[in-house]
Amino acid sequence: MTVAGGLLTELVLCGLAVVLALVVPAKHRSLASGGASMALGVAGVLTGASAMTAPVPVGLTLGLGMPGTDLGPMILAPTPLGGLFGIVVGAVGAVAALYGIGYAHGPAASRTGWSAYAVFLAGMLLVTSAGDVVTFLLGWETMAIGSTVLLLADHATRPAVRPATLWYAVMTHLSFLALVLGFALLASDAHGTSFAAIAAARLSGPTAVVAYFLLLVGFATKAGLVPFHVWLPRAHPEAPSHASAVMSAAMVKMGVYGIIVLTSSLLPRVSATFALVVLALGVVSASYGILQASVSSDLKRLLAYSTTENVGLAVTALGLAMLLANAGQNQSADVARIAALLLVVSHAAFKTVLFLGAGSILHATGLRDLDKLGGLIRTHPVTTWTFGVAALGASALPVTSGFVAEWTLLQALVHGDGRFDTILAFALPVTLGLVALTIGLGLLTFVKAFGTAFLARPRSAAAASAEPEIQPGLGAATMSTAQLLGAAAVVALGLAAGPVAAACARAWGLSDALVDGLGGVRFASVGILDPVSITLLAAGLALPVCLLILVLRRRVPRRETDVPWGCGGVRTSPRMEYTATSYAEPLVRVFGEALRPARTLEISHAEADHVLESRVAFAQQVTDLVEVRGYAPAANWLSRVGDQARKIQNGSIHRYLGFSFAALLVVLLVVTIP
Amino acid sequence: MISALLVILQVAVAVGVTPLLLGVMRQVRSRLEGRVGAGVLQPYRDTIKLLQKQPMRAAGSSVVLVGAPIVLLVSSLMVVGLVPLITTASLLTIPSDLFVVVSLLLVGTVALAVLGLDAGTAFGGMGSSRHMMIAALVEPTVLMSVYALSVPVGSSTLSTIVAARGADAARVVTPAGLLAVVALVVVVLAETGRLPVDNPSTHLELTMVHEAMILESAGRDLAWLEVGSWLRLTALLGLVVNLALPWGVAPGAEPLSLLVAVAALVAKLLVAGAIIAAAEVFMAKLRLFRVPELLAGSFVLAFLAVTASYLAG
Repeated sequence: MTVAGGLLTELVLCGLAVVLALVVPAKHRSLASGGASMALGVAGVLTGASAMTAPVPVGLTLGLGMPGTDLGPMILAPTPLGGLFGIVVGAVGAVAALYGIGYAHGPAASRTGWSAYAVFLAGMLLVTSAGDVVTFLLGWETMAIGSTVLLLADHATRPAVRPATLWYAVMTHLSFLALVLGFALLASDAHGTSFAAIAAARLSGPTAVVAYFLLLVGFATKAGLVPFHVWLPRAHPEAPSHASAVMSAAMVKMGVYGIIVLTSSLLPRVSATFALVVLALGVVSASYGILQASVSSDLKRLLAYSTTENVGLAVTALGLAMLLANAGQNQSADVARIAALLLVVSHAAFKTVLFLGAGSILHATGLRDLDKLGGLIRTHPVTTWTFGVAALGASALPVTSGFVAEWTLLQALVHGDGRFDTILAFALPVTLGLVALTIGLGLLTFVKAFGTAFLARPRSAAAASAEPEIQPGLGAATMSTAQLLGAAAVVALGLAAGPVAAACARAWGLSDALVDGLGGVRFASVGILDPVSITLLAAGLALPVCLLILVLRRRVPRRETDVPWGCGGVRTSPRMEYTATSYAEPLVRVFGEALRPARTLEISHAEADHVLESRVAFAQQVTDLVEVRGYAPAANWLSRVGDQARKIQNGSIHRYLGFSFAALLVVLLVVTIP
Repeated sequence: MISALLVILQVAVAVGVTPLLLGVMRQVRSRLEGRVGAGVLQPYRDTIKLLQKQPMRAAGSSVVLVGAPIVLLVSSLMVVGLVPLITTASLLTIPSDLFVVVSLLLVGTVALAVLGLDAGTAFGGMGSSRHMMIAALVEPTVLMSVYALSVPVGSSTLSTIVAARGADAARVVTPAGLLAVVALVVVVLAETGRLPVDNPSTHLELTMVHEAMILESAGRDLAWLEVGSWLRLTALLGLVVNLALPWGVAPGAEPLSLLVAVAALVAKLLVAGAIIAAAEVFMAKLRLFRVPELLAGSFVLAFLAVTASYLAG
């Protein structure tokens, strides 16, 4: 498929999905429109792949035809980098649409729901293929509108959806505003709206610095980086799960894409000056995000914070690449660049599966609260194993995509040489320490999420009576298939480390990542990582152990007991199990200063007895300090200013006439004074 | 092919010597505490006994109860195969890369933690939660201290670092090298559940970590868990002694140097184990929430080591 043909196909399929959503009756709507959205995703993957292999960016150019303006034509020509992000968006969109066919019900499966899904997907694909400012902003806004409508799906039944949407809409439009201002500054300085013209102008004046920070804030907001992340933990939990998967796995990546385009092609010189800012943004987001995730008990909120962490790691790699390039260590810088893209790709794979798994849990039990879940391995084998594989990916354990990505990032870090550069001598060890802490806390987070949701005994009646997920019918089959596809991708991307890293290198126009060993990756300056060999070694060492077990099993068979080590006691109630909150309690204590949890402990005594306690109630709420200390005061201040404005606007017609008269006077004065 | 045989040799030696290491440590401790002790061969007898006993499975537990011990054991076997214990020759496609080794150790850590949650008992969850907290806080020190050692060599491959330190004795006694090794010792104590972080000889106390997670296991499940955890001690302790005293490690595959290397490893391990055991007699377990302070201290040492290694370069 040619790039131009692919772009046109995307447009047609988006239209088809919208039309099908509107005309097909409710019974078959999800299948018809979801199927078209899947096709749209697949078209996105194919277009992205052909954009990555095309020797020069080719595509469509549409004249805007607005006389008297400087606006150039709209250019749809994905670069190899855009192609890679297009593949990510398309693949995530297709898998989530497949899942949505079975999962979407009620408002999410309405005409609006499925139309918004297709528009959302098309908007993201437009962003990745944009070659000029106008197209980029058009795609950006389409994506924002589509996702906002999807997010609103359940507003009638769940009141929490409305404030979440409000936060999301405000943040996403502040981001849009920053982008419009930033791009306007760049376009007027460069006398052109195409990215090529802006890059060719090599801007570096004070306007370019202002534009750089505006664009950085705009993209960081979309990417969910601290301190602009506040919309993520609100919006992701409230959206329908297939939509949260796309928002988290694909949409926030548009922010990363923007940062890459900004730093590598639009304003490379300004970016190099402020490389430390990007690194700090990434490292702070990664460690703060995972700290919040590790103490969250709401599964989808936990996943949302983990998104902040993963995007933070990708941005850390970008900042690191720029710092290393500044110091002239180009080989390590290239490894860091490739690490950034590997992190993006791997996060897209495992986070999709994790959100789809959360969706299946929600579907079966109506619960997101880990403290009430448990024991789902019995009723939900597919969700358990796919979630488990994805959790391994999120914890960067072998042999998943996350392992390859974080290995590359750590290699770039330790192969940077801090001996001859004061900034690196400071930045490298601090970054390494924080990234290592992030990895450690990530492990705890996902052991907690997996262990409390799927293992142990159900902690509530709803979890105990969850319906088995393997059922006859198309709906259950599409959900399971989508989860299995995603989990297979997590493992495949991990095993085929070499080809994936080579593709990421190609997206940057680099050729450092070589395929070596059994599909492993070799960086000339670093060494080799060969996940297939690691797997074979594990298999080789497991073989004698398994043979020994086979022999032993025949001699001493396993015994099933009701209560081992019961000593005559009875089985304790599930209320005595460790919950997600208690699992993270030691961590809350250790990081108490950074988290400041709000705790209430109520002890009621039995009547006329001050010693015996009849009832103890404990509640803990971990709030986001950035939100409480940063955003809440700002919102209060704004609303106070708004109250002051009400004094001027008291509704009296006389006063308004007076205002008009005063304004007229001012205008006349301005005009008369030369 | 030869390097694959060397990996098998390392695994075999480690599996053979590990119970002895534990036996020596327990015996030293018993004698210093005025007890007779069970003899240095008791861990071998324990393991054989456990393998012959019937494993139990509680109602409500899942396949994790059976699978996690095997995962822990295999990950530990891989680590002792990859870490430069006897030889610095390593597999062509799997060099003993620091991050690969750490990830494999973490696989074992996670398997144990998941096992602790599986049966749904209060003890299991408690141990699992503490275990993961310690693992998370140890992680920065591990990476930082080995980074300090890797700076002069320019490689994160453990066998390269050990070989370079063996070739040039001046590297061993640099401030950076010493600080990093001290930080690593704290890591080993925390990762393998020794005093002052966790008490390996405790049972059914509210303070325990490792033992709390494996309470539900019996028979061969328990045997895999014990051997897997002991092998981690061998791997980490062996790595530290080879970094601190890099002599005797075979550079290649000549039979004579391998023989010397095996003897050197066993001697170094047993002496180091005896020192740790002797030190444990005079040490009390730290309160759980004092452990982060200890780990933060070791992180500072590792950080200083990195800075010192920059200055030395």
